[in-house]
Amino acid sequence: MNSNIHTFERLKELCAERNMRIYEIAQEYMSVSNDIPIKEVREFTLKSLNAMKDAIKCGLASNEPSYSGMCGNDCGKVQIAFDLHPPMFGGLFANIIKYALATSEENVRMGRIVACPTAGSCGILPSVIVAVSEYKNYSEEEQINALITGGEIGRVISQKLSLAGAVAGCQAECGVASAMAAAAVCQLRGGTVPQVISAVALALKNILGLTCDPVAGLVEVPCVKRNPFLAVHAITACELALANVKSVIPPDEVVDAMAQIGSLMSPMLKESSQAGLATTKTGLKIKKKLFKN
Amino acid sequence: MSNPSLFDIISPIMIGPSSSHTAGAVRLGLLARNIFGETPQEVTFKLYNSYASTGKGHGTDKGLLAGILGLKVDDIRIRHIFDSKLSQSLKYNFEFIQDFSRHPNAVDMYLKGSHEMFISGDSVGAGEIVITRINSFNVSLTGEYNTLILVYRDKPGMISAVTSMFQSKKLNIASLDCDRNARGKEASMVICVDGDLDDGVVNSIREMKDVYFVTYVRKLEK
Repeated sequence: MNSNIHTFERLKELCAERNMRIYEIAQEYMSVSNDIPIKEVREFTLKSLNAMKDAIKCGLASNEPSYSGMCGNDCGKVQIAFDLHPPMFGGLFANIIKYALATSEENVRMGRIVACPTAGSCGILPSVIVAVSEYKNYSEEEQINALITGGEIGRVISQKLSLAGAVAGCQAECGVASAMAAAAVCQLRGGTVPQVISAVALALKNILGLTCDPVAGLVEVPCVKRNPFLAVHAITACELALANVKSVIPPDEVVDAMAQIGSLMSPMLKESSQAGLATTKTGLKIKKKLFKN
Repeated sequence: MSNPSLFDIISPIMIGPSSSHTAGAVRLGLLARNIFGETPQEVTFKLYNSYASTGKGHGTDKGLLAGILGLKVDDIRIRHIFDSKLSQSLKYNFEFIQDFSRHPNAVDMYLKGSHEMFISGDSVGAGEIVITRINSFNVSLTGEYNTLILVYRDKPGMISAVTSMFQSKKLNIASLDCDRNARGKEASMVICVDGDLDDGVVNSIREMKDVYFVTYVRKLEK
């Protein structure tokens, strides 16, 4: 059995030995370790996928602000602007940005989302899977394969570091979400297993060091807008990987570097709001105003 | 959550914005409700540290109350729980405290109904929680197992008397923790089991001599 896959190297080897895709290895492992049929693993995944789609739908239709009032109507602005002037990268690009914002705004207004891997990064994977699948007409089964692939990438990374801003900064939340999304799209596009894993390394390598310094300690600024940025980042990683561009540093070593950077990062920049954006003049002013209430 | 599974990564479906401050709060409320055994008529919540400073912005207060009322982490009613009919049935209030001897995301809950109870808990990350105190007893309850909690008089033979009930039903004990106020005084036992206890076992334990209080708490759904 595929017990304890801790590294991308091992995952790649297993896929090659058994001539399987990442999602096949992952769903089989989940099935065996939880003693449930593979069908149930896929049903669980579909439930998450559907909840992601619902969150996008609700988010697109709402302009309700968050409790703090800092976020909530950017997706609305983007929709109006894109209808008037389509973005130069086209409709797919427009949808990725809209869906990522829709989901993360839905999160801050206390809507229902899927924490994948975390609530603060909840817009990245859904926006990419859903927008690309609409664009290319990928079936529900293919979308499930993509979500399981992304999930397995997150699981392997989480063997080495905790996916929490308080532990390793935002690189471990939005950064990992972006790597998961890169892998998911690469799976959808029919990339080989080495290409999928390359996409992960490329995505991760280019967000190393990202801090978690939210204004007033809330999952809003910069989190909400960071979601569309890192969704697009995932597409860049996927396109490079599909062109056989490889990370010079192998994926497992990139994860090691990320864990090391996470532990070297000052606690003031890890979800404690003691530095960075949180303590800018404006950040502090917002905090003061919020806490007066 | 040291070794998350695939399911942990692609879930939970939850009300935002924060797994520790919103979903964790709902689960703390829900587990407290299950321990208390009924919907209370009155609750005071004391939120500490980060729960106190960022709680309103993260809906921690709404999450705790929703949990006490029996709502789950993905229930859309959490957002408007203060305006909901559900919350009109009980009196509640919130206090916000900075005390760095406590966990960053700690809460104390004083529950009143047909009886009274004091429950403390921490939200330890990724929606995972620990109930740390029930009345005067230190406990460690994560909601991952079906759990029997009892308060009894500290005396020889109590543990074996209780656990033999489990044995007779062929139930496996996953963990057992005891605490006591003083020798021969009130003591607590927290027993996590694989499988499910039936009412018969719980009732027979309740009727045992020197057992003051028994409650059976079912595990929280993931």
